[in-house]
Amino acid sequence: MKRAHAIMALALMAATSAAPPVVYPVVSPGRTFAFPADHGAHPEYRTEWWYVTGIVAGVDGKRLGFQVTFFRSRLPVDPNNASAFAAKQVLFAHVALSDPATGHILHDERAARAGFGLAGAKVGDADITIRDWRLVRLADGQFTTRIAAKGFTLDLAFTPSQPPLLEGQGGYSRKGPKPSEASYYYSLPQMRVSGTIMRGKAGGSVSGKAWLDREWSSSYLNPVAAGWDWTGLNFDDGSALMAFRIRRRDGSTLWAGGSFRRAGGAVVVLAPGDVSLVPMRRWTSPRTGATYPIAQTLTIRLPEGVRRFALTPFMADQELDARRSGLPIYWEGAVTTPGGSGYLELTGYAAPMKM
Amino acid sequence: MADAALRWMIAGEWRQHPGRIAVAALAIAVGVALGFAVHLVNGSALASFGQAIRTVNGAADLQITATSALGMDEALYGRVALAAGVADASPVVMLKAKSPSGEAIPVLGLDVIRAANVTPTTIGVSASGPGTGATDPFASDALFLSRAALAAARVRVGDSLAITANGHTQTMVVRGTLPAVADGQRLGAIDIAASQSLFGRLGRIDRIDLKLADGAQPGAARLALARLLPPDAILSDGDDQTAQSDALSRAYRVNLDMLALVALLTGSFLVYATQSLSVARRLQAFALLRTLGMQKRALIALVATEGALAGLAGSVLGLLLGYGLAAGAMALLGGDLGGGYFGDAPPPLIFAPGAALAFFALGMAAAIGGSVLPALDGARAAPAVALKNAGDALDPRARPGLMVPLVLAGLGIGAALMPAAARLPLFGYLAIALLLAAGIAAMPGVARLLLAPLARRPSGAFAFDLAVQHLRGTPGAAASALSGIVASTALMIAMAIMVTSFRGAVDEWLGDILSGDLYLRSDPGSGGFDPAAQGALARVKGVERIMFSRTVPLVLAADQPPMQLIARPVMPAMEAMTLIGSAVRPPRGAIPVWLSEPAARILGRSAGQSVRLPLGHGEHFAVAGVWRDYARQQGAIAIESSDYERMSGDLARDAAMVVLAPGASADSVSRALIAASPPALQGQVQTAQPAVLRRFALTLFDRSFAITYLLEAVAIIVGLAGVAATTSAQALARTREFGMLRHIGVSRGQVLAMLGSEGALLGLVGSMAGVLLGIAISQVLIHVVNPQSFNWTMSTRFPLGLMASVIAALTVAASATAMLAGRRALSVDAVRAVRADW
Repeated sequence: MKRAHAIMALALMAATSAAPPVVYPVVSPGRTFAFPADHGAHPEYRTEWWYVTGIVAGVDGKRLGFQVTFFRSRLPVDPNNASAFAAKQVLFAHVALSDPATGHILHDERAARAGFGLAGAKVGDADITIRDWRLVRLADGQFTTRIAAKGFTLDLAFTPSQPPLLEGQGGYSRKGPKPSEASYYYSLPQMRVSGTIMRGKAGGSVSGKAWLDREWSSSYLNPVAAGWDWTGLNFDDGSALMAFRIRRRDGSTLWAGGSFRRAGGAVVVLAPGDVSLVPMRRWTSPRTGATYPIAQTLTIRLPEGVRRFALTPFMADQELDARRSGLPIYWEGAVTTPGGSGYLELTGYAAPMKM
Repeated sequence: MADAALRWMIAGEWRQHPGRIAVAALAIAVGVALGFAVHLVNGSALASFGQAIRTVNGAADLQITATSALGMDEALYGRVALAAGVADASPVVMLKAKSPSGEAIPVLGLDVIRAANVTPTTIGVSASGPGTGATDPFASDALFLSRAALAAARVRVGDSLAITANGHTQTMVVRGTLPAVADGQRLGAIDIAASQSLFGRLGRIDRIDLKLADGAQPGAARLALARLLPPDAILSDGDDQTAQSDALSRAYRVNLDMLALVALLTGSFLVYATQSLSVARRLQAFALLRTLGMQKRALIALVATEGALAGLAGSVLGLLLGYGLAAGAMALLGGDLGGGYFGDAPPPLIFAPGAALAFFALGMAAAIGGSVLPALDGARAAPAVALKNAGDALDPRARPGLMVPLVLAGLGIGAALMPAAARLPLFGYLAIALLLAAGIAAMPGVARLLLAPLARRPSGAFAFDLAVQHLRGTPGAAASALSGIVASTALMIAMAIMVTSFRGAVDEWLGDILSGDLYLRSDPGSGGFDPAAQGALARVKGVERIMFSRTVPLVLAADQPPMQLIARPVMPAMEAMTLIGSAVRPPRGAIPVWLSEPAARILGRSAGQSVRLPLGHGEHFAVAGVWRDYARQQGAIAIESSDYERMSGDLARDAAMVVLAPGASADSVSRALIAASPPALQGQVQTAQPAVLRRFALTLFDRSFAITYLLEAVAIIVGLAGVAATTSAQALARTREFGMLRHIGVSRGQVLAMLGSEGALLGLVGSMAGVLLGIAISQVLIHVVNPQSFNWTMSTRFPLGLMASVIAALTVAASATAMLAGRRALSVDAVRAVRADW
């Protein structure tokens, strides 16, 4: 799904002048996905990400939410620039830890232009690095990440338990009224998590479930969109649900979509009319003044009937203010729902997103 | 009662002799003013220079800097960024850019993502708003300018600006500002990829700014990093950079400070001279007070208080004068007082409270010190004897001891032989102070020695013989009168000899090195002449021969200013180079380099020795010769063009010496050379003829010694003021003597002639002794202070005319002031004068 950090990437590439135009491939339906190649980067597209969110518990049974995200951005710089520093590909990473005992989110971020052995996203299989931060897929199909962030360290392995879930029409996922406002999008829900999460000297081994979102595109939001609400939920019975709505500035829904994969593996693709998200509880950030609908009721229409999910956050304050590194303010929080848990993402509430 | 008496005595003394106290206070003021002004100007200049350096450096924890403008391999960045202890690394390309109107604007090529973490002050902020377009710091034409740079280039955000650097001109768009750059500092920032691809720096970077990991030990990080560095890169931190900019002008600054202290010392002698006279004159009054029960201590306190009051007035006046002088000098001569170390714009004057306090204290110390010594003498006199006798405290029959001056002179010579301390000739200055003290201590003896032949063989001229006898009979008074003259003359003559020798050496050297007919130079940072351009220049009609050179600043140590590496044809002709000593053939396999004299002294290397240089890839270098150079105080290293090209791959040249074909006109060839220069260098190539260069160099020399000339003038004034003060004081003290002489039939004219002779004798003896002492001190300046602070040597040249005229002027002035003072003393009625007895 589209993610907040993409905004920085897009803002960075918004305008360029004299250089010969960079031509980005257009996302269109009918693409054939191949794995593991599609786990790797697609550098010709404008934007791409590897987005892992998950909920784990330590030996004490206390639950933690985490987020590990790598973004790749192809900037419209002169492709003929012979400098090794030419910012043709730029990588971003964002990592966050939600611990209800702390009461607020811990997060850290990095960015770098690709090259010099310091940052890069490999083609052919997942292997993304910024300095010593890395997300890589091993030969046995397991993804691992090791991130030493400010205040905490994640050392986690993610083992897929299900095949990739192609979102939208076979991986072609519409984001707006125009067919070009779309992305290639697949998810790996229900990944088993094992590893350690340390905060200073405290912490230890954890286990739980994670969700990997993979998305790449060259054209994103419709200009009238202000932001979006997105959620990805892993259910205890093995089923998984992804749903999003793109909001106009007045809060009304411009576009919506999602998918529901049953425990048996059958997938129901949700059309714009099949998804609704209704705020139940709002929270105003004392730092930024932005008001977020942090508890929502998600309603989806399945062939057998309408299903409702109440999304309850771990804690109210899961706001990330990453303006320091040029990123926007948004809310990215661990949530629970009866029979499952996952993440809820709320963007464009502090200020309308410009893309 | 004693307090009242003290107040009364001070007030009375001052009411009676305001001029003398004023002169003493003024002398202190001059010393304080000079010292304070020099300190203020240098402090302000250094602060502004340091801020400029910090602006460009962005205050990283640690930096890796290329040792020369050729930069270093960019691959080092990847290795350094992942080194232990390094949290982040920001690669930087540095461009000496110019606006179309020729304004210099340093431009950094940055990776904005890295710089945001490591050097946030260098980060550009896009202006948002209509007309500015969207923002993209990665765009290859995006330029961010500091406020001062915007003003200098006369552009606003959104405008286009063509900038020229490294021989390339590119049109950029001003996308925003650098808000964190300090006011008044020019700086520009562009994307590092653009800086490499657009300005001919592909594959090279000039600097890597480092942010250390939390808790990383800088020392350990430095060690780990040092192992990664190639020869052409060097590690430095803020302290090193401060030390480097400090070292740039340190010797010059300390020398000026020392000269100011010398002026203060002279002032102290003046106080000493006036106070000893005043004590001598009041010995009877003191004796009376002593018999009335006043303690010795109270007497000393009295005289010391007088000195302190003079010191207070002088120091306060000196601080005010100093501030005014600093402001004036800064506007006239620039922040380096004409030294040529910093940029052109005069920096804002920064008041330094600490320095003000220090110079105030020095002024007070000089005044009190100058008073306490005579006070001790006065207090030592037995009250009963002093009460009857107002004569000289020294017994004229006693032979003045030569022990003290000899010991002082011996110590002075010893100090002169000591090496520099902290790269400064501190012992040299100590030697000067000791020699000065020795000279003054020797004065009673020297005066007797010089006057003895005159006294033994009376000339028959009554007034003259009387004068000789008087001076012989009052050695204490003579010595105190002489000390001021001797001190100021000695210092002035010493400085004059040093400057004359230096100027003569520079003049001769200029004649040696300016052996071409025409000189051609491209602006620093312009990229210079590539081989094609060199060929085109060599083919210009009227050029018989052209010798190209390349000058590259080379950093040998992080805390030292860079030396200049000069690549040029050296052997076999060694044109425009004067060797000191002989040339040495370097050992097989070593690359020969020729060190300038300052370079040789700084590196501690002489001809034949090997030397380590941050060049090439582990080649061995050997010193093939040492050449004279007065132009580059920080040192220069000459190397064969072919060796340089092989090691650096740099084929460009930035200057050339042209020998004209017979009959060719320098002016027309000069125009043809400029016309033949590549289009990218338009407006950045200058030509000059040797005569102009020579004039320019000497003007620069005189400018840098302007402050020295000023100090010389001050020394003369202080010397004359000393003569005037002492002679007039003596004349007034001798009112009774004059009355007696008139009684026994000596005419008024004869008394005046006697006084004139006395003054002339004092002036002559004092100035001659001063000149002799000055010659001795000049040798310390030339052979100790100069080599130790500026690393160059020279031979002594005497300004004979100046020396003779100083002696003449002082003799005449002393005679004239003595007679003027005598007229006043003689105006007192003779009878009343004799009666003025106790």
